Amino acid sequence: MNAALRLGSIALLLAIWFLGSRLAGPRLLPDPQTVGLAMVAEARSGALAFNLGVTLARVAAAFAIAMVLGTMLGLAMGRRRTVDRIGDPWLVLLLNLPALVIIVLAYIWAGLTETAALAAVVLNKLPLATVTVREGARALDRNLEEMARVFRMSRWKRFRHVMLPQLSPYLAAASRSGLSLVWKIVLIVELLGRPNGVGFEIGTAFELFDVTKIMAYALAFVAVMLAIETFVVQPFERYVSRWRPRPS
Amino acid sequence: MSRAGDQDPLEVHIKRKTYRRVSGDDLQVLGDIALAVASGEVAALIGPSGCGKTTLLRIIVGLDVDFEGTVRLPAHGRLGVVFQEPRLLPWRTVEENVRLAAPLASDAVLDGLFGTLGLAAHRSHYPGELSVGLARRVALARAFAVEPELLVLDEPFVSLDAELATRLRGELAELVSRRPVTTLLVSHDVDEVIGLADRIFLLSGSPARLLTTMPIQNPRSARTEAEVAAIRDELSRKANTARA
Ligand SMILES: Nc1ncnc2c1ncn2[C@@H]1O[C@H](COP(=O)(O)OP(=O)(O)OP(=O)(O)O)[C@@H](O)[C@H]1O
Ligand SMILES: [Mg+2]
Repeated sequence: MNAALRLGSIALLLAIWFLGSRLAGPRLLPDPQTVGLAMVAEARSGALAFNLGVTLARVAAAFAIAMVLGTMLGLAMGRRRTVDRIGDPWLVLLLNLPALVIIVLAYIWAGLTETAALAAVVLNKLPLATVTVREGARALDRNLEEMARVFRMSRWKRFRHVMLPQLSPYLAAASRSGLSLVWKIVLIVELLGRPNGVGFEIGTAFELFDVTKIMAYALAFVAVMLAIETFVVQPFERYVSRWRPRPS
Repeated sequence: MSRAGDQDPLEVHIKRKTYRRVSGDDLQVLGDIALAVASGEVAALIGPSGCGKTTLLRIIVGLDVDFEGTVRLPAHGRLGVVFQEPRLLPWRTVEENVRLAAPLASDAVLDGLFGTLGLAAHRSHYPGELSVGLARRVALARAFAVEPELLVLDEPFVSLDAELATRLRGELAELVSRRPVTTLLVSHDVDEVIGLADRIFLLSGSPARLLTTMPIQNPRSARTEAEVAAIRDELSRKANTARA
């Protein structure tokens, strides 16, 4: 039933796309088949896999760094009032700086390098991860922490078995929104200052007004992210919430 | 395992404990309280609801260090605590909850505890699947599994039906008989502890002071109805005098 609904919804999207292509003409909106063939051609030449790989590596690196730093900062800010007071203005600043400003400044200050690109993506994602984890840290159950303390549990045990399970819904939320945000920003970073990756390819295609290629790359990447969501994020969420009694 | 007698007693001297209210002014919760529990002895702490019993326990187990006075724990001060609420990790099974608190407990010890407390069938259940009574028993099992030098229980039988409370009291009595451990049990109900304790501390209403200490000579199993009734009368007389 669920699968049928999902498939039906995708079929509807394809139909609308096909109709749109008829109305707007293949130059502005190539039909699904043309885009599919372009994807196959890019895949044959190896360019698709290479660019997807490069972009994915940037997404993974930026995402991992931002999540680890964000978790540490969020925990510190959620649990220590002084740290929160000091960190909060920085957070507000970073949250409100447009992504483009951070990227451009990073490239100007650090050159058109991989480090600058990664740093720009991390700085864009970091405040959101921090804010979400801080919320989680504020909601930590003091009673359980006291229990862990009187039973002399080690620091690691307290983190692994008492804190982490409480944080996991917040970490999952931060990962969800984080993954989609990070890949969008990685594309802009690549467009502006990298010689490869999906963003770079889309930039070149834009200059040539090659809508087919733009859509081929965008779709390929969305497919990859969808696969990650379905085969990594969702099973992980199911695993960490296995103890919750099912709603009847 | 029991080395009753060759360990230090629990000694508590509290002069004063105040809480800072949200409104800003201070609320004195505890006054002068001095009590000692000998090694291997079961002591009960009785006082009216809200008088500061939980506060006193939190001070004894080291969760609250903001007070005037001193606390001396027995030997290494390994603690087994049963809080007023079960405080189990919802994301770990019954067995994992116990093992996390007591990593050194042997399988034999755990089997014995789960058996005595009627938890054998629930080892792999999550706390969300347990009734309140079962969750309380898991909390008891966890506190015993660490083989504590000091066992502290905060109203472990409250809000259970009378029958279950009686059974759990019996199970507790059996556990402390099998492996004597210095125990401090909090209650606001004399009847609840009278068959269990070797010594009863009676606290006044807030700010709590120690009204009287009442040692009970006969061992648990040898107490007669008449003796229990006499202790109950004596305690209620003391409590009433204090109130007047
Ligand atoms: N964190 C706190 N801040 C301010 N006041 C508190 C705090 N904790 C407890 N109190 C007050 O201290 C008094 C004693 O509380 P405590 O929980 O120790 O009582 P109790 O004897 O355990 O009560 P009960 O039998 O209902 O469990 C109460 O009047 C309570 O309102
Ligand atoms: Mg209490």
